[in-house]
Amino acid sequence: MKNPIASLGLGGLLLTLLSLSPGASGSSASSDGDGAQPHSGGEVNIAIQPEPPSLMLPLVQNNPVQLIGGNIFESLLRYSTDLEPMPQLAKSWEIGDDGLTYTFHLYDNVVWHDGEPFSAEDVVFSVGFMTEVEPQARETMSHVERIETPDANTVVFHLKQPYPAFIMAFEVGSMPMVPKHIYEGTDYHNNPANAHPIGTGPFEFERWDRGSVIVLSKNEDYYQEGLPYLDTLYWHVIPDAASRAAAYENGTLDVLPAGSVENFDLERLADLPGSCITNQGSEMFNPFAMLWLNNREGPMSDVRFRKAVMYALDRQFANDVLWNGLGRIPAGPFSSKLPEHDDSIEAYPHDPEQARALLDEMGYNGEQIRLLPLPYGETWARWSEAVRQNLEDAGINVTTEATDVAGWNQAISQWDYDIAFTYLYQYSDPSIGISRTYNSDNIARGSPWNNVEGYRNERVDELFAAAAVEADPEARQQLYSEVQQILHEEVPLAWLLEMPQPVIHGCDVHNLITTGIGISDGFKNAWIESGD
Amino acid sequence: MLYLSLIAGRLGKAVLVLLAILVFNFFLIHAAPGDPALVMAGEAGSTDAEFIADLRERFGLDQPLPVQLWHYISGVLTLDFGYSYRQQMPVLDLILDRLPATLLLTGAAFIISLSLGVLAGALAAMRAGKPSGSLIMGLALLFYATPLYWVAMMSVLLFSVWLEWLPAYGFSTVGANYTGLAHVGDVALHLILPALTLGLFFMAIYTRMTRTSMLSVAQQDFVRTARAKGVAPGVIQRRHILRNALLPIITLAGLQAGQMVGGAVLTETVFAWPGIGRLMYDALMQRDYNLLLGVFFFSALLVIVFNMITDVIYRLADPRIRGAA
Repeated sequence: MKNPIASLGLGGLLLTLLSLSPGASGSSASSDGDGAQPHSGGEVNIAIQPEPPSLMLPLVQNNPVQLIGGNIFESLLRYSTDLEPMPQLAKSWEIGDDGLTYTFHLYDNVVWHDGEPFSAEDVVFSVGFMTEVEPQARETMSHVERIETPDANTVVFHLKQPYPAFIMAFEVGSMPMVPKHIYEGTDYHNNPANAHPIGTGPFEFERWDRGSVIVLSKNEDYYQEGLPYLDTLYWHVIPDAASRAAAYENGTLDVLPAGSVENFDLERLADLPGSCITNQGSEMFNPFAMLWLNNREGPMSDVRFRKAVMYALDRQFANDVLWNGLGRIPAGPFSSKLPEHDDSIEAYPHDPEQARALLDEMGYNGEQIRLLPLPYGETWARWSEAVRQNLEDAGINVTTEATDVAGWNQAISQWDYDIAFTYLYQYSDPSIGISRTYNSDNIARGSPWNNVEGYRNERVDELFAAAAVEADPEARQQLYSEVQQILHEEVPLAWLLEMPQPVIHGCDVHNLITTGIGISDGFKNAWIESGD
Repeated sequence: MLYLSLIAGRLGKAVLVLLAILVFNFFLIHAAPGDPALVMAGEAGSTDAEFIADLRERFGLDQPLPVQLWHYISGVLTLDFGYSYRQQMPVLDLILDRLPATLLLTGAAFIISLSLGVLAGALAAMRAGKPSGSLIMGLALLFYATPLYWVAMMSVLLFSVWLEWLPAYGFSTVGANYTGLAHVGDVALHLILPALTLGLFFMAIYTRMTRTSMLSVAQQDFVRTARAKGVAPGVIQRRHILRNALLPIITLAGLQAGQMVGGAVLTETVFAWPGIGRLMYDALMQRDYNLLLGVFFFSALLVIVFNMITDVIYRLADPRIRGAA
């Protein structure tokens, strides 16, 4: 949009938005579904924070890079908000009856942003590229025995054993396609093309004014006719949350991705005229907040203490007050959004009496417990205050030891904590996002994302390993149900919240979120009403 | 020529001071918990030992600390400030890229605060005891006591969100692609709020200091003499009192000028101004050692340069200092 000085009609614009979308104010109306017809043209302004270190999504996968990168890069598939695979670079695919072969048929008219044709050879190269640079790809592709390319537009993966989660592995953030003709035989990290990334996506990199704005423009040669609708995407780098809120309020920004503003600002911004909020678009990521409990040390090594923590926590309060009631209280280790989630498991209720009884029974002597908050802004700071109060109400002696992001990473990965806040993506399959937290072979100092609580249970290891390669859905569910029951009983860590990921946007931006990775999937289908 | 030998002597000391600052900062930064590889791996959300080891090796963090220090210092001596781990660009490019925006902001704030502050202080001194003088001092006290970030947020709410007179943030209008004069005007509009916010605090200090200093000079004998021989009151204020009252203000201006590179972190953050302060803050949070050391180096350099300039201006303003080099 324009400088407010240059266009004094901004107030008028907001009124126009209001009249164009009756009843949309403050509602949770999703961004599509009001029957309006898409039209081409226009620009959208989005907040981005922190400033991404690079836009080379295949090499850097942190949150801001994923948010922008999905416009430039693509993978073979996309995934709906119900986690069903959808076509992207692959227009169709088949899975062999034995669960061992995956055949992808590619669109035949795809070109890279530099004009070179995209082919099956690029797919094979990209798998090798990602396996070399990215841990998660290393894990999923370890199930692959060999890859064949019968022709330029067909790719066949042969697996070593059935691995049902394999079909979920082709999301753009995990397996983006990398141009072979640019990267083959080069030092990936020092390739000059990293500064001007080349993908197949609906938008091309145009400009990056460091500290200010990243500009992407429409890919005129996109292989899907008529897409994308928008001409330009402006990603505004604004480091202060209150300033982002103000920029949305005065109409400079159209979209605030999840986490752009503090939770206490959400309701106010969503209630502005012509403002919409949606909680969709994080189904593939499934962010899940937890408290690491250091199972190796002190009272935390006693299961009664860990259970007492669960009883002590008032998770409903945290959800209602800190997360605007948009999250969901998890019963056990699996997010309720996962099909493998066992509904028969019941959540630990908020019961300080029970917590105190358990602490008495184990003979907790008032030993001081260190609580490490997550240094990600106000919501987390307040959450740690609430948890501290919960624990103290149950008679646990807590001291808070706050630090910055680097210090937090250091403390977690060196196991130097008693109780610590974290959140993890559970992704779309337990074998990708959950087993890594509980498997004992995943205990290794130096990473903040593995089994840092130090939990060991051979049966749990066996169950996760068996379930990952079990082709029969029922047998697989049995294995996952048993693992959930064991974990629920042994409480290796405290499960806090299935985190909401609310996106706030002008109601004039349509089709903003069409898949399970939300804004990270790019603005391929999005369009904006010509209100100005 | 006296100035030249003075400056030469100072330069020699400056190099030593800079080197000491570099070494001290190097160890200080490495004493902070965590390292850039861990932060970057943490941001990626999934990681294994191989990934982190690979990062450390690429950054040279797997080598002993003294070796890293030696590499860094010998690099700096050849004006090679190394590579930013996170931004994947040479540190010097990053800093030079951001320097103009910061100098524009802090320079504007400097000029605004110094000129308006001295003017308001002189007025307050001339009207000491009168309501208008008290009003100026009251405002100065208010600006002096109000936190910067609060002023910043309130001015955005007032002028950008409610009145819609000024842009809320940024360096120029995104997507407008102005050129020539239109671009200058656009940047100037964006500059108003951050420069005023940043300048307000120093303006208040200049006001208070100018007033106090002028009032004390006004008591001195030579002013009485001037008055007795019939010099016009306006001339007395300007030439006799103000000029003699300027020394403490020059000292303060030198201090403020020295902070021009690193002193605007808060303002740059609230107004999303693409300057050095933000670069430094991000580098600190991400343990981007090379970048942080680079910013420290340039900040220290500027402090030293402005100290020298202040020394020279002292001697211009007050001939009595000339002898004592």
